[in-house]
Amino acid sequence: MPEQLVFAMEVFLNGLMAGVLYALVALGFVLIYKASGIFNYAQGVMALFSAMTLVGIMEGQVPFSHLINAMLGTHVHHFGWHLPAVLGILLTMVVMVGLAWLVQVVIFRHLVNQEPIILFMATIGLAYFMEGFGDLMWGAEIKKLDVGLPQGINLWIDETTFNIFDYGFFIDNLDIVATIIAALLVGVLVAFSQYTKQGRAMRAVADDHQAALSVGVSLSFIWVMVWSVAGFVALVAGIMWGTKSGVQFSLSLIALKALPVLMLGGFTSIPGAIVGGLIIGVGEKLFEFAIGPIIGGATENWFAYVLALVFLVFRPQGLFGDKIIERV
Amino acid sequence: MLDQEQGYVTADGRQIGGTVMDMRNITLRFGGVTAIKDISFDIREGEIRAIIGPNGAGKSSMLNVISGFYVPQEGQVYFRGEKRAPMRPYEVARQGIARTFQNIALFEGMSVLDNVMTGRLTQMKAGILSQALWRGKAEKEEVENREICEKVIDFLEIQHIRKTPVARLPYGLKKRVELARALASEPKLLLLDEPMAGMNVEEKEDMSRFILDVNDEFGTTIALIEHDMGVVMDLSDRVVVMDYGRKIGDGTPEEVRNNQEVIDAYLGVSHD
Amino acid sequence: MFYREAGDFKTSYQDDNQTFPIKFDRYRYYFMLFVAFAIIPFMINDYWVNAVFLPFLIYAIAAIGLNILTGYCGQVSLGTGGFMAVGAYAVYKLMTMFPEVSVLIHIVLAGVITAGVGVLFGLPSLRIKGFYLAVATLAAQFFLVWLFNRVPWFYNYSASGQISAPERTFLGEPITGPATEAWAAYLVCLVFVTLSAIVARNLTRGSLGRKWMAIRDMDIAAEIIGVNPLGAKLSAFAISSFFVGLSGALFFAVYLGAVEVGEVFGINKSFLVLFMIIIGGLGSIFGSFAGAAFLVLLPVFLKNVLVGGLGWPTDLAAHLEFMIVGGLIIVFLIAEPHGLAQLWRVTKEKLRLWPFPH
Ligand SMILES: Nc1ncnc2c1ncn2[C@@H]1O[C@H](COP(=O)(O)OP(=O)(O)OP(=O)(O)O)[C@@H](O)[C@H]1O
Ligand SMILES: [Mg+2]
Repeated sequence: MPEQLVFAMEVFLNGLMAGVLYALVALGFVLIYKASGIFNYAQGVMALFSAMTLVGIMEGQVPFSHLINAMLGTHVHHFGWHLPAVLGILLTMVVMVGLAWLVQVVIFRHLVNQEPIILFMATIGLAYFMEGFGDLMWGAEIKKLDVGLPQGINLWIDETTFNIFDYGFFIDNLDIVATIIAALLVGVLVAFSQYTKQGRAMRAVADDHQAALSVGVSLSFIWVMVWSVAGFVALVAGIMWGTKSGVQFSLSLIALKALPVLMLGGFTSIPGAIVGGLIIGVGEKLFEFAIGPIIGGATENWFAYVLALVFLVFRPQGLFGDKIIERV
Repeated sequence: MLDQEQGYVTADGRQIGGTVMDMRNITLRFGGVTAIKDISFDIREGEIRAIIGPNGAGKSSMLNVISGFYVPQEGQVYFRGEKRAPMRPYEVARQGIARTFQNIALFEGMSVLDNVMTGRLTQMKAGILSQALWRGKAEKEEVENREICEKVIDFLEIQHIRKTPVARLPYGLKKRVELARALASEPKLLLLDEPMAGMNVEEKEDMSRFILDVNDEFGTTIALIEHDMGVVMDLSDRVVVMDYGRKIGDGTPEEVRNNQEVIDAYLGVSHD
Repeated sequence: MFYREAGDFKTSYQDDNQTFPIKFDRYRYYFMLFVAFAIIPFMINDYWVNAVFLPFLIYAIAAIGLNILTGYCGQVSLGTGGFMAVGAYAVYKLMTMFPEVSVLIHIVLAGVITAGVGVLFGLPSLRIKGFYLAVATLAAQFFLVWLFNRVPWFYNYSASGQISAPERTFLGEPITGPATEAWAAYLVCLVFVTLSAIVARNLTRGSLGRKWMAIRDMDIAAEIIGVNPLGAKLSAFAISSFFVGLSGALFFAVYLGAVEVGEVFGINKSFLVLFMIIIGGLGSIFGSFAGAAFLVLLPVFLKNVLVGGLGWPTDLAAHLEFMIVGGLIIVFLIAEPHGLAQLWRVTKEKLRLWPFPH
């Protein structure tokens, strides 16, 4: 087999795994959007915030310690405990549910029936607020996150591929685990929205607010629930990304990765998010591999967007989105 | 019957001219739904032509076809004797067809005056440079068109709310502003989609008077959709009746009222 | 008492079309111009110019530009940073390619070039609407920044990958480059901002402005009453990008002098300018100024109070700034979607009636 093709296969596999993660983040968007019409730009910052909170809780950091120290002249920083990962994740989830509730009560309750674009801009405001708040609460330095996920090259794949192609694929264990978890989670979410009472209620709300209200679905409850689920998705994404490259600002940029996935897949479609994620994961890695070196590299920064843009011009509702019908 | 070339004389003695708009065998489908089934009718110079029918009959869809917003799958539209090529709605507007909407479609973020001025946009031609500097044509044109709009505003008696943001107006006035915006363009053909829906008796009387006055003073040809049969009988010269996308009647109010099929449709006789 | 309409009758439509129909407003406007042109240049020092005045004036131009697109025409763009970069790199290339031509002309040309690029990225707006479009404009943001970062022609193959403005003079006085005096830089920006505001005001009060607002408020109805959506949207993109390009050119050539594209014109810049118009007021030229002033002054204020006054570390002040800005965006969207400009209008309305509220 020609060498380039073998390399391309490795790239393809890596792209596929990145794609699953993109799909996971995109799914967080789709859930909120379907249930409430809000396109939540803050999803990425939620991932960052949840990862910071997880590290903070596990390491026993004193929240707002910098602020307290600056105001009172003290030197507090840690409580001095270390919690196991499972407990930390549970507590973080409690925080994320509380956050979901706050977001609902403080912001979106006051913006019902606003145009989508206004809601979108409000979530940009939310993203900024949470970014500052997270840094204030836990400090802005890069943090190490270790919840016990395996890391490093997968030797079995390396050896097996070496035996076949004379070239060992470099595939990180963490990526494999992340892919499996993300795939599972995607499955769980789809099942949740299809088969549980809450999931059906959520879809009912998405289809028609008035009708859902009239059959006794509580909108507030549903909205807090989807934001909580989105918070959970954010937490999983945060753990994966945080383990890989540390908990730091750049983690919040995964939201920017998910946006083109949504444009491609359609903002309302769960299968769209999955397929879109895979296309973009594979597409951007292969493009960088094949064309990147010729035109200066680092094309991942924009490839997904330009692809989605070109695509949208021909199919404005995305691959699986609902067709937009206009009436007067 | 009607003379194709000459037109006819109405009950109140007005002379109606030749055909302005001629819809020939229009069929419009949305996926599986056929909103309009092979309908033909004409609208003549100077007349008030009503389109009536039960909910969902396809009346608004018909106006949307005339406006160019919906493109029919079959049939042709003849405007002033010429077959109309497929065109975008704004091109239709530039040919002199103005309209109001069933669900008010005013520009909520603008004042009444600005809304009415948008009716003149098809006529305003100043270049971008002139507008940027507010010199020459732009300034002149603004004043000229403003005068026309002020006349319309006076005509419809909405001077007092000229500078009010449209969003703050009550429903009835919004309907009137929408009419003003359509009139401001000095249309050759005016389409009104349920101009009196949701109004009380008094407001309906005002609106009827305005419609008659427009037709009378400017000789504007008008096509209107209306549910209130009393109003239709009073206002219109000829009526098209639609039901389930088909045309089931066409003629003077008198003829239509005595048409058995029309009576059935309105009394809700089951279709089979 | 002075703020009265009564007795100030309009006898022609021209008078009624004025920007400041009330005499008192007109006088205040002339007074402000007088102070800005004839008094401030003699009073300012480097600190004030660099920390407050230049960013304020330049961001005001960018905010006017974005406000035309978003506030007037209803098309939300998150690509402002990228378009400012186009202005900066365009002026840089022009300055180095044609050193004999006045830099003022280059700045204007940079705006024209940016307008062209804006139209290109505005084309999808015909098919894509709302936040789909907002997200699509991110393509411009990321692609343009990447382009200027990776294609050496744009930075004249400089080793650092940065661009830096050579010295250029106007009437013998340097207005770009390290030797520029604070007052000269200030005056250049002031002239541009004044002209921009006047042109923007003229464009938004005439037929073009009404086309934009019609598209913003209800695009389908606008098309049916005769507005060509293609023309309206693309002209909004062009003119908006022109101003944004101007501001990018000034930001680089007159204010910073040297630029690394990813740092200066990143996505945060897009958000910053968007926030300016939300806080200042969508669809208001005055709001563009108010928003720019607010978001330029806020960090300066926080820094002086928290860091200078209370002795807190700078990063704390920065985090607080993020929270305040984000929080304000939400508060304004909920409570006053028309921003500071509307608050100001309401205050004036009250003043007009004062002291007899009925
Ligand atoms: N854009 C569209 N997409 C799909 N179906 C449509 C669309 N517009 C209209 N229809 C369908 O076409 C049919 C006719 O609708 P239309 O609005 O023309 O009726 P109408 O006579 O104006 O009724 P009403 O008196 O309620 O206004 C209806 O069944 C409607 O659902
Ligand atoms: Mg209708």
